[in-house]
Amino acid sequence: MAFLDRHQVLERSPTLLFVFSLLVVTIGGIVEIAPLFYLENTIEEVDGVRPYSPLELAGRDIYIREGCYVCHSQMIRPMRDEVERYGHYSLAAESMYDHPFQWGSKRTGPDLARVGGRYSDAWHVDHLLDPQSVVPESIMPKYAFLADTVIDGEQIEDLVSTHRFVGVPYSDEMVEAAAADFRVQADPDGDWDGLVERYPGAVVSNFDGQPELTEMDALIAYLQMLGTLVDFSTFTPDANR
Amino acid sequence: MADNKDIDEATGTDTTGHDWDGIKELNNPLPRWWLWCFYGTIVWGVAYTIAYPAWPLVNSATAGLLGYSTRAEVAEQIAEVEAQNAEVAAVLASADLSTLSPDDPAHRYGVAGGASVFLANCSQCHGAGAAGVQAGGYPNLLDDAWLWGGSLEDIEYTVRHGIRNDTDPDARWSEMPVFGDILSDEEIGQTVEYVLALSGQDHDAALAEQGLVLFEEQCTACHGDAGEGIRDLGAPTLNDAIWLYGGDRETITETITYSRFGVMPAWGPRLDEDEIKAVTLYLHQLGGGE
Repeated sequence: MAFLDRHQVLERSPTLLFVFSLLVVTIGGIVEIAPLFYLENTIEEVDGVRPYSPLELAGRDIYIREGCYVCHSQMIRPMRDEVERYGHYSLAAESMYDHPFQWGSKRTGPDLARVGGRYSDAWHVDHLLDPQSVVPESIMPKYAFLADTVIDGEQIEDLVSTHRFVGVPYSDEMVEAAAADFRVQADPDGDWDGLVERYPGAVVSNFDGQPELTEMDALIAYLQMLGTLVDFSTFTPDANR
Repeated sequence: MADNKDIDEATGTDTTGHDWDGIKELNNPLPRWWLWCFYGTIVWGVAYTIAYPAWPLVNSATAGLLGYSTRAEVAEQIAEVEAQNAEVAAVLASADLSTLSPDDPAHRYGVAGGASVFLANCSQCHGAGAAGVQAGGYPNLLDDAWLWGGSLEDIEYTVRHGIRNDTDPDARWSEMPVFGDILSDEEIGQTVEYVLALSGQDHDAALAEQGLVLFEEQCTACHGDAGEGIRDLGAPTLNDAIWLYGGDRETITETITYSRFGVMPAWGPRLDEDEIKAVTLYLHQLGGGE
């Protein structure tokens, strides 16, 4: 056991102790984290998942700014009661373009991972203006100011580029068309063919019912796409995940 | 330290050899029970990584001897409950609801299950008690006033396909014109007075008389000659006291000027066949079912 008794050498030299501590933590980190990037059974490719459209991305920023994640999770766990209530459990691929992800850990309100398409745009407007008007027992605060805050998408191209910089596969075409796509998604009368081609499944609608493009439009565009990208009638989950 | 063997006289215990101005540190061993628990957790930890998925290899991680998987477990739990209900659910899914006896277990299963389906999916708009939102555009499902019909068949169709949504081509559909583009403000005012008269509210009789002409020209095709409404078009009854968006002068003016376009999502793709039947039964027995 002579070797084990040599710990005095480390304990008496702060520098050596630091270096070896770092070594231990590094090995632990590599073993725990690195495999997640190459193991086939941690990376599940799922059809339908696409980067956020510019308007959805702007809405997502509003979602984060307003702290929606403090009360709403976006992670349906693989448990029967959650699947029965919210729908198919969340897949990692569904938040692969989230920077940062919005899984959350606190549910004061319901999970929103599959809220897209469940309610009409008008319901979302009513609900954000005054949640108690449609759900009397709700304790959610009012977000009426979103409908009064007009947005012009001035920095939308930069926002899309930034997400590309951190690894979201936005093409050059997507970045160039960002400003136009941003506006046309809330304009059903506009020429939105390109938008839907670039972002399959994107919902085009005048979300807030007002002629101006507001933060309300962006947030509802984001909410209405949540959890709608994967077609679970054709998706077969691999049990070994 | 083996080479610092130095027994403390007072306690007879070995010391660590550390000495601070004559004060020495005793080297008491850890209690045996504690040490064995500690070793036990190490063994448990290793055994756990063998029993459950853990060790990363080249392409995948070890699956674990027990073959546990969260996804398999949840699928199993759902299958288990479905198997328990399979018989009654199958009866419900294939039943002709109109002939299903209230004493039939499938009927009771449907009403109870339908209440759960309603709370999880419908209550956000129609209210936890299905009373809708007064004057909010979300219909009350407890009363006898139905926009698109309150028979079992009608309710089932509405649940399955929804109303005025873009996702289901079979959705119930109608669209009131934006009369602000068709009539002048004055004409709209006259029509409003007539509608107020129809529903037995205070109104300006002279204006209402002029409004009658406009009503016959513009409104009766959908709302009926007496404003009784036409269900095939989802056109509401106007000659009663029940209003979807509100029946005061101001709200009726707004409705006629800008129109309304209430949307209900299609639940066919989201709910199972027996869930659709269940929520239909539940809604039908709430009080207004026809």
